[in-house]
Amino acid sequence: MAALADIIAQARRIDGHRPWPRAVVMPDAWRAVAGELAAGHATLLGLWGDTGAVQMAVMSETGHDIHVVSVECPDGRFPSVGALHPPAIRLERAIKSLYGLEPIGASDTRPWLDLGFWDVQHPLSARPQQPEQQPAYAFLPVQGEGLHRIPVGPVHAGIIEPGHFRFTANGETVVRLEQRLGYVHKGIESLMAGATIEKAAQLAGRTSGDSTVAYALAFAHAVEAALNIAVPPRAHYLRALMAELERLANHFGDIGAICNDASFTLMHAHCSILRERVLRAADACFGHRLMMDRIIPGGVARDIAADGGMLVEDTLAQIRGRFPRLIELYDNTASLQDRTVKTGVVSAELVRQFGAGGYVGRASGRAFDTRKAQTYPPYDRLEFEVPVLTAGDVNARVWVRIREVEQSLALVDQILARLPDGAIAVPVTAPAGAAEGLGLAEGFRGDVLAWLRLDGSRVVRCHLRDPSWFQWPLLEAAIENNIVADFPLCNKSFNCSYSGHDL
Amino acid sequence: MRRTLFEGLTRSPLTEPPPSVDDAALAELAAKVDGAARRRLGRSLSIREVDAGSCNGCELEIHALNNAFYDLERFGLRFVASPRHADVLMVTGPVTKNMREALQRTYKAAPDPKWVIAVGDCALDGGIFAESYAVVGGVSSVVPVDLHIRGCPPRPLELLKGLLAMLEWQAMSGSAASHTADRSDLK
Repeated sequence: MAALADIIAQARRIDGHRPWPRAVVMPDAWRAVAGELAAGHATLLGLWGDTGAVQMAVMSETGHDIHVVSVECPDGRFPSVGALHPPAIRLERAIKSLYGLEPIGASDTRPWLDLGFWDVQHPLSARPQQPEQQPAYAFLPVQGEGLHRIPVGPVHAGIIEPGHFRFTANGETVVRLEQRLGYVHKGIESLMAGATIEKAAQLAGRTSGDSTVAYALAFAHAVEAALNIAVPPRAHYLRALMAELERLANHFGDIGAICNDASFTLMHAHCSILRERVLRAADACFGHRLMMDRIIPGGVARDIAADGGMLVEDTLAQIRGRFPRLIELYDNTASLQDRTVKTGVVSAELVRQFGAGGYVGRASGRAFDTRKAQTYPPYDRLEFEVPVLTAGDVNARVWVRIREVEQSLALVDQILARLPDGAIAVPVTAPAGAAEGLGLAEGFRGDVLAWLRLDGSRVVRCHLRDPSWFQWPLLEAAIENNIVADFPLCNKSFNCSYSGHDL
Repeated sequence: MRRTLFEGLTRSPLTEPPPSVDDAALAELAAKVDGAARRRLGRSLSIREVDAGSCNGCELEIHALNNAFYDLERFGLRFVASPRHADVLMVTGPVTKNMREALQRTYKAAPDPKWVIAVGDCALDGGIFAESYAVVGGVSSVVPVDLHIRGCPPRPLELLKGLLAMLEWQAMSGSAASHTADRSDLK
């Protein structure tokens, strides 16, 4: 990453941004960074607006160096990254809609997240304005004989989140899927601005309910980096325990639900039982089934219940007694394999380009896992593997989850065996003045990024980037040339977050 | 697969006895739902879940109602895919401005008589998101609500209590005798 390092070496370094450096670059250098992304020399981790500036987090090829670069936009414009590097397109459209900052040279200028229902235009800009009448949203044109369109959503048929899917099909075959998201946009970034650290942590934990632990952890990492806070060892282990329980619960839910979408309800019924057992163990240990608000900046909010370790071990024993047989059932049911194998394939090249994390990336050969690549305690002391497959189909995404369940079970064993005694939190004291922090955490879905700027104990700006930002677009690619009836299956194998993406 | 299926027949079920009916929920329903609607709907209700802006936490716990431990369908309650088949709309989330119209349309698509259950603290009054430019507020600011089930998110058992209160209230529309009979069905 010499080129990137050169660009940044010439830039103005900002003090008080931790743990990775932030530098303000000129527009030309910004373009050069975008060029490095497009050339595949670095991965885009995030791209977000700020007051009068745009920030971008990039990671070197090796996955070890992270840089945050900023470009100031005195005239409200900045050079488009998306023009060179497609994964940035939706992020830039969101920046335009929320901050009013214009990406110069962008190919797609349609709004994103703003569906024309707000009472304010560019709500996060320095001077929000009355909204103008938006033209009807123009879906991408499709040409060809015998094509028809199927609009789906925002209200879907199951107990799931809302979003709009526009399919163009030729007979049964999908020739294009276009997503339109933003229906559950709650304005989390605006609520963060001016909030206390405590309140902001609660908001972070409610960005995507299934990843509440991962979000709380990424947010805590960012605060602790900004304020140079060292967390007690016991808190690290308890955090990891919660994170692995969350991963287990979600993977069980997903494995069952994917099979359910292939009409194999038996797996769903059994996996739901395992999921429920994990949630009950979490509840017994930490007093909340999803473990919301249990990870706080400085440590954890409550210690594990006295008999918690034993309860978790019991649950693991039950899982170990049942899960191998369910794996066998999945592997040996030809009618199920017929649906999942070679369905919804994502290429390794796309996954690399988008920097897709989680099972979406790992099913297509991208081994990135925050717990390894940007390791944080206690994972640096625990033994585990990151399972990687290359087929890139629904089946591979199921198998990555299965292998991750096995890894998480082993991790929980290690965590319980080594759980140190001592304090579970330190007080968060924020000196007056500005401090900035970037935090990453590995959720079940992939890497969650949290960036924030503090002024004393108040949050000035906080941006949360869900892994789904770099997975949703790949679902559009995965479904191409598959049949419409396989969409639920493909969609569930991705299980992208709507709320985490919509913010 | 045979072994798994056979075991399913021989093992005792995981399903747990139903919780007691939530009194507060009964009182809220008593104030709102009229007897004629109750008689027409009977004891079996079809529920359509609508996420109007939730963080997805409530959906996870609503999903759990279908697992073997809670087994919602034993009470005659089931989730359906279309509001046109629904007697009950179960709505979560602070209603976002982007979902307001979709919620209104979903409500209109459900045939009368119908009930609305608002699930979660956000659905009550917008919760932690209430102050946002992007949020309308609680569900009752967009469609009439018959029952609120609180919690962030409510546990499946709390959801079940609220739903059973709804069934109980329906049962109470008949004579005292049928009320007793219905209660025994619940056990």
